[in-house]
Amino acid sequence: MKHNLILRIVSKFLIPLIFLFALYVQFHGDFGPGGGFQAGVIFSAGIILYTLVFGIDIAKQIIPPGLLRLFASLGVLIYGGTGVAGLMLGGNYLEYGVLGSTQVAGQHLGILVIEFGVGLTVMSVMLIIFFAFTERHKED
Amino acid sequence: MIEIIVEITLLSLLVIMAFAIIRMRSLFTVIMLFSGFSFLSAGLFVVMDAVDVAFTEAAVGAGISTILLLATLALTYSPNVVKKEELPAHKPWLPLFVVMITGVLLIYGTADIPDFGDANAPAQKHVAPYYLKQSQSDTGVPNVVTAVLASYRGFDTLGEVTVIFTAGIAVLILIGGRKKDNKQEFDDEA
Repeated sequence: MKHNLILRIVSKFLIPLIFLFALYVQFHGDFGPGGGFQAGVIFSAGIILYTLVFGIDIAKQIIPPGLLRLFASLGVLIYGGTGVAGLMLGGNYLEYGVLGSTQVAGQHLGILVIEFGVGLTVMSVMLIIFFAFTERHKED
Repeated sequence: MIEIIVEITLLSLLVIMAFAIIRMRSLFTVIMLFSGFSFLSAGLFVVMDAVDVAFTEAAVGAGISTILLLATLALTYSPNVVKKEELPAHKPWLPLFVVMITGVLLIYGTADIPDFGDANAPAQKHVAPYYLKQSQSDTGVPNVVTAVLASYRGFDTLGEVTVIFTAGIAVLILIGGRKKDNKQEFDDEA
């Protein structure tokens, strides 16, 4: 689809908006609908659109598969690490209240951090699966 | 009143789509109809005020899973081989009988389900009132769904993320991009 001019221009216009919306859903999940899971999926949808239009080789230059694997593990690590941080500060595992100066501040920080971890893992895993399927198709 | 009309329209469209999916023989069409089915369900969830669920359904059900199913189809389908579908050897009566009995039992079971939005339903009586009353002062997060998912039920969400992570690892192990390296290793050994 590399030579389809309209598709290229329209997706170039759309992809930044998709990313922006994903970030909004990610960090506004405490106030409106959404959260890390949906944000990760939307973010990966933006990159998948890019891959469909410009080809997997260029997409892989932007996001190398090694980086995706790192991100996928890092997301789970951030989530688990937040729990351990709570333990270190004298609370229970995944008790966010001890992370901040007050109960509410700690909860806010904890929720924000773990949602970020969820988003990171979901985004990377969706792309890992998509890239694996696409690569396999190319090889055959 | 408008809400009822919208619900009836969405539900009838869902039924029509389900029958269309059963009748279709082209897998590509079936996948696209599945996507539409998910999107209609998302609309239904919005009408039921479950926007977070609707959001997930629209993004995951209608979006990503459609793409992944299409990718699977591209991987497994070869346009050169056209197989004529053979009629199954067995008669459909026994499966039909089982399905009918199950359906009747399920419909009979719905008689005991509380009405939609019933304040005395068991689901509303257990921990839901506590979350609604306390989540604001406990967490300071206005969206109760986020407060429950991330804070009260943090362990469950951690488990979910681990499941997704495991799925990614499984796909990498099964069809990950190390094919060429393996071949080279094999050549070296040989």
